[in-house]
Amino acid sequence: MGPSPHIRTSETVDKVMRDVIIALVPALLMAIYVFKLKAVIVTAVSVIFCMLTELVFNKIRNKDCTLHDGSAIITGLLFAFVIPVDMPIQFVIIGAIVSIALGKMLFGGLGQNIFNPALVGRAFIQASWPVAITTFSLDGMAGPTMLDAMKRSLPLGDVLIGKGNIYIQSLIGNMGGCLGETSALALLIGGLYLIYKKQIDWKMPTIIIATVFVCTYLLGAENPLAQILSGGLLLGAFFMATDMVTSPVTPKGKIIFALGIGFLISVIRMKGGYPEGTAFSILIMNGVTPLINRYTTPKKFGEVKASGK
Amino acid sequence: MKFFGFKGGVHPPDNKAQTAKLVTEDMVSPKMVYVPMQQHIGAPLDPIVKIGERVLKGQKIADSKAFMSTTIHAPVSGVVKKIEKRVFPLMGQANTVVIENDGKDEWCELEKIENWKEASTEELLKLIREKGIVGIGGASFPTHIKLNPPKDCKIDTLLLNGAECEPYLNSDNRLMLEDPKAIVEGIKIIKKILGIDSAIIGIEENKPEAIASMKKVCEGTGIEVLPLHTKYPQGGEKQLIKAALNREVPSGKLPAAVGVVVQNTGTAAAIYRGIVLGQPLIEKIVTVSGKAIKEPKNLRVVIGTPFSELLEKCGVDREKVDKLVMGGPMMGMAQFTEDVPVIKGTGGLLALTDEETNYCKPQACISCGKCVDVCPMNLVPFMYGRLAIKEEWDNMGQYNLMDCIECGSCAYICPANRPLTEAIKIGKAKLRSMKK
Ligand code: SF4
Ligand code: SF4
Repeated sequence: MGPSPHIRTSETVDKVMRDVIIALVPALLMAIYVFKLKAVIVTAVSVIFCMLTELVFNKIRNKDCTLHDGSAIITGLLFAFVIPVDMPIQFVIIGAIVSIALGKMLFGGLGQNIFNPALVGRAFIQASWPVAITTFSLDGMAGPTMLDAMKRSLPLGDVLIGKGNIYIQSLIGNMGGCLGETSALALLIGGLYLIYKKQIDWKMPTIIIATVFVCTYLLGAENPLAQILSGGLLLGAFFMATDMVTSPVTPKGKIIFALGIGFLISVIRMKGGYPEGTAFSILIMNGVTPLINRYTTPKKFGEVKASGK
Repeated sequence: MKFFGFKGGVHPPDNKAQTAKLVTEDMVSPKMVYVPMQQHIGAPLDPIVKIGERVLKGQKIADSKAFMSTTIHAPVSGVVKKIEKRVFPLMGQANTVVIENDGKDEWCELEKIENWKEASTEELLKLIREKGIVGIGGASFPTHIKLNPPKDCKIDTLLLNGAECEPYLNSDNRLMLEDPKAIVEGIKIIKKILGIDSAIIGIEENKPEAIASMKKVCEGTGIEVLPLHTKYPQGGEKQLIKAALNREVPSGKLPAAVGVVVQNTGTAAAIYRGIVLGQPLIEKIVTVSGKAIKEPKNLRVVIGTPFSELLEKCGVDREKVDKLVMGGPMMGMAQFTEDVPVIKGTGGLLALTDEETNYCKPQACISCGKCVDVCPMNLVPFMYGRLAIKEEWDNMGQYNLMDCIECGSCAYICPANRPLTEAIKIGKAKLRSMKK
């Protein structure tokens, strides 16, 4: 029995999440290619502790196990992607637990949280151990990231390990940076897959990226293209800003949200103290999402003059 | 002719191929026919026959003085056995006239107006009511009322709904192939009643043969055939008007407000048969389909035939039936028993397996916004789901709940399988009772 409709799509939350996981695979593979075994360990630890935390919460609250929906795996992957590969493993564990506990389960689980869980974890680590999260290295050599270098006007070529064209190097991800952020190409492939699968709207990442390009240029960036290709921008634009739960639902709201993120990233990068800004920008916009939703309710069909023509 | 389209909508698998090419079969009328006295929107009717009385086929057996009402006729000749409350396919119970079929198919004298061009609008409308004609599409709105729009609305276009956008169903499709002339004659009569010249038939592109068939008979009549994209709910009145004419019916208003009257193609044919042949509305074409049906068919059956007989005729695997639905899968009514009769609003009978219904356990709303994207009325369905849980009915109203056409697109698309239409239906009922 039950009301109509009596048929429904084969689409389920589990399948939506599975698509996101698939889309993150290229970035993971590139991370393993660049950072070798360390990338595997950090990612595995992060994913496992995210899943364990969710399991414990479900047990304590006597709820059905929710691990099958895959969202904990996504949080685990994303948290691993936004931290440096050399971060001490105990911090990885703490961050993963905080991501799920504070970022998701305390709000009531999937769908109830306001902030992107992985970014909550990252913000926690950044606030508690700021040095751990800004120590990047590649092949054992510590060094600044591209954004660092741009901020401090260092020659960009110095940042790269394999010398060469900085655009090509950043497409591949052959440079210091957070684990999953470095390869622009891998992130792009994953992002396009999500767009193709209709899990995300192409408009949101496009607007974020375009806004950063234009705004950083207007705010005096010497190389807006490098701004786009480096740091967490692409990862944030394709995989974090588009997180369904924490972004607006309405079409207009999504556009406002994307513009806001792009603008905030530009301002933080160009005027703020940090070289990066993606994580905080997304978190700030997550916070105003309910408000955006409320004020962008679409104009209903038939809200027209009586002539209707 | 230009096609405009409308925003939103979904593309469920159309499942029409099973019955699209099957010629409508006449089904032998059953031994017992059960005629509910409630088959249209508006007041239920009062039987005007007594137990033990012999009735002839086509004889009027129920009427009412209420404004929003029509009439009901005996679908067979025979003896009235019982008048009692019985379950029927819509909701709860209805007073039902039970007739034992004598198998003679003896018609009563039929009033008709063969030369309808000479008749007045009043005469035509009165006869349409006398023939018990209601909208064939499923909502069963009395046709004579719909063809008598408020005088302050200037009607300029008659829009015929041949979209049949619900999956599985082919009854309109078959009618357009098998009896297109009746439709066209009906359209001419409606045009005369409304005093207008312009008529458009909208048909979804997944019925190319129906489009060709209607185009052929419409040649030289000035009636236009407009192919529509295949998209649900293309046949929703407001969506159809937007798609065909690019006019938006204002919220809370009827199509007449933008100069349009919408009629189902099947209703047009029923009008022709009622007026020119004198036949009251006593039979329906019903598509019987679904994966639990062994031999899906299009059947011509008399009103009052129990669903069980239709299922037997087509062969049903009762083990496999997950849901029995009268009408289409998107807006039809789930049935808890086969022991209910075909009524004027029955266009399909589906025995769906769980593979088809694709039910999954509801999960938390992940705010994906898909429901917002597909809503043809531009509403925010996820909010209804959330507010209903909190019992904030007033707030649901603030979000334009009353504009919802209950098309089910939002619930269909939701990956979390949130019970959105349920929330909507409850919300609407609560809001209505609060207004009283
Ligand atoms: S809210 Fe109403 S009109 Fe909109 S998709 Fe859902 S059922 Fe259809
Ligand atoms: S489609 Fe379902 S999960 Fe997505 S926003 Fe609407 S109600 Fe929530």
